Amino acid sequence: MKKSKVFWIYVAIALVFYAVVQFLISSEQLDMYYSNLFITIAINIILAVSLHLVIGITGQFSIGHAGFLAVGAYVSAIFTTNLGWPFPVGLLIGAIVAALAGLIVGIPTLRLKGDYLAIATLGFAEIIRIIFLNIDYVGGAAGMQVNYMTTWTYAFFAVLITIIVISNFTNSRHGRACIAVREDEIAADAMGINTTYYKVLAFAIGSFFAGLAGGLFSHNFFIIQPSQFGFLKSFDILIYVVLGGLGSLSGSIIAAIFLTVISLYLQDFPETRMIIYSLVLIIVMLYRPSGLMGTKEITDIFKFGNKSKGGNVNE
Amino acid sequence: MEWLQQLVNGISLGSIYALIALGYTMVYGIIKLINFAHGDVFMIGAFIGFFAISRWGFGFFPALFLAMVVCAIIGVFIERIAYKRLRNATRIAALITAIGVSLLIEYTTIFFRGAQPEAYPDVISNKSFHFLGAQISMQSIMILSVSIALMIILQFVVHKTKIGKAMRAVSYDVEAARLMGINVDNTISVTFAIGSALAGAAGVIFGVYYTKIDPLMGIIPGVKAFVAAVLGGIGIIPGAMAGGMVLGVVETVVSALGFSLWRDAAAFVILILILIFRPSGIFGKNTREKV
Repeated sequence: MKKSKVFWIYVAIALVFYAVVQFLISSEQLDMYYSNLFITIAINIILAVSLHLVIGITGQFSIGHAGFLAVGAYVSAIFTTNLGWPFPVGLLIGAIVAALAGLIVGIPTLRLKGDYLAIATLGFAEIIRIIFLNIDYVGGAAGMQVNYMTTWTYAFFAVLITIIVISNFTNSRHGRACIAVREDEIAADAMGINTTYYKVLAFAIGSFFAGLAGGLFSHNFFIIQPSQFGFLKSFDILIYVVLGGLGSLSGSIIAAIFLTVISLYLQDFPETRMIIYSLVLIIVMLYRPSGLMGTKEITDIFKFGNKSKGGNVNE
Repeated sequence: MEWLQQLVNGISLGSIYALIALGYTMVYGIIKLINFAHGDVFMIGAFIGFFAISRWGFGFFPALFLAMVVCAIIGVFIERIAYKRLRNATRIAALITAIGVSLLIEYTTIFFRGAQPEAYPDVISNKSFHFLGAQISMQSIMILSVSIALMIILQFVVHKTKIGKAMRAVSYDVEAARLMGINVDNTISVTFAIGSALAGAAGVIFGVYYTKIDPLMGIIPGVKAFVAAVLGGIGIIPGAMAGGMVLGVVETVVSALGFSLWRDAAAFVILILILIFRPSGIFGKNTREKV
C-alpha cells in the first residue's frame, strides 16, 4: 500500500517534469540544441539502466551492449524508413528483435564466467557490427538513411517505461533471485534458483531495452553507420553503470545524465573527453571499486513519509 | 602454389599475434587479469620503433631493442600504479581498471600527436625469394626468425632460470609461493616487463610488415591476441604460440577466399566456439571450480 503510494508520487513528479520540458520545447523556449540534449540524455539513461540490470543486478559482466543497440537501431530503421511502418511499431519490433538477439547470444555465452563472459560478449557485439557492415541492404560502411522521428515525448515515455519495468523487476521475486546470482552463483544454485534461467532472462530484458534505445538513437540522426556501434560505445555505456555504482539504479541514471552533459561540453575536444573519462574510471575503481553510489539508491537518502519509523526493516 | 603463399602470409601474421598473446597469457596465468592495456603497449612499441628508425636513424635491431626496453618499463609502471592495488579486489573492478588504462594510453597518445596514421620507413630490403612457386619476402623471413628467437629466449627464461621458476610457482599458487620466500611483487613485475617487451617487439615488427601505424591500432590486434591466448589455453606459453599461428592462418585463409570484410569476425567466431566447446583451450586441462 505504502510502496505503491510512493511509486505514484514518483510517476507524478516525472510527468510534471515531462510536461514542463514539453511546454518549453513547444513554446520554443528550448531550441533544437537543448531538446536534442534531452533526447540524448534519455537514450543514455535507457542504455545505462538496461545494462545496470545485467551487470549491477545479475552480476553478469557483459561489455557488448552496443551490439544490441545496433540491432535495435538498424531493425527499427528498416521498418520505419524502408517499409514505412509507424514509428512506435518500429521501435517495438527493434526492441523485440534485440531481445531475441540477446537470447541467442545469452544462452551459450552465459555459461561462461567473469572475464570470459566479458570477452565473449565483446566478440558478439563486434560480430553483430561486422554483419551490419556487410549487408548491402542497410548501406554497409557508408551507413543508412533514417527519417528523423524521435521526439521528446517518445524519448521520455521510453525512459519512464524502462525505469518502471526494471525497478519493478528488481524488486520482484525474480529480481531477488538475480541478486542472489550476483552475490554467489554457486550458493544460489544450491538454494534451488535456476541460475541459467535468471541470467538469460535478465540478459534478454537488458537487450530488449538496449534495442528500444537503439530505435530512438537511429531516429534521432539522419544517418546511422556501423562504426557508431563499436567498442567505444559499449565502453561508454559501461562507464555510466560503473561510475554510478554497480547495483544502483539511480546511480546509473545520475551518471548517465552527468556524463552526457559533460561530453556535450567537451564535444570539441574528444581526446580530452576520453582522457578525463579514463582517468575518472581508473581513480574510481582504485579507491571505490563498487562505484560512486555502491548498491545504494538515491531514495535511501531522501525518503518519503517514514522518516520517523527509522528504517524499513520491518515493513 | 597459391596455398603456400597464403600459409606464409598467415604464419607471418600469426607470429605477430603470438608475440602479443604471450604477454597476455603470462599476465593472465599469474594474476588472472585480462590486461586490456597490453594492446596499447604494442602500439607504443610500434611508435617507439618508428621514431627510433625515422627520426633518430636507428637500424632495425637497435630500434627493436629500444622498443622492448621502453615497453618493459611502461609495463611495470602500469602494473605498479594501476593493478597492484587491485590484487584482492573483484575481477570486475580489475577488468574495468584495465579498460580505463587502455583508453588512457590511446587518447593520451592522440592528444600529443593526433590521430593521423604514420607511414613506417623501410628498414628491411624488399627482396623476395621464389620457393615452390610462392613468393617469400625478406620481411616475412625476418619476422618469423625474430619471433621464433624471442619465443625460444622466453622458453629458456621460464624453464631454466630462477626467476622463471618463481613465475611458475606464483602462477600455480600465490600464497604458497609467498610462504616459500618468493617475492611475489617482484615476480609479477618481471612478468609484466617480459610480456610488455614482447608486445613492444611485436609492435615494431607489425609496423615494418604493414607499413602503417596509428594510435588506435592496438585495439583489434590486442583483442585478437587474447583470442589466440584463449585458443591455445590461457596461461600456457606454447599454447599462445600455437593459438596465434592458427588465428593468423585462419584469417589469411578467410581473406584469401574473398571474405576480407569478415576477417575480424572470424577471430571472434573462433573465440566463441572455443569458449563454448573447450573453455580450457587446445592445450589446456579441465579444472574444476572449487566451492
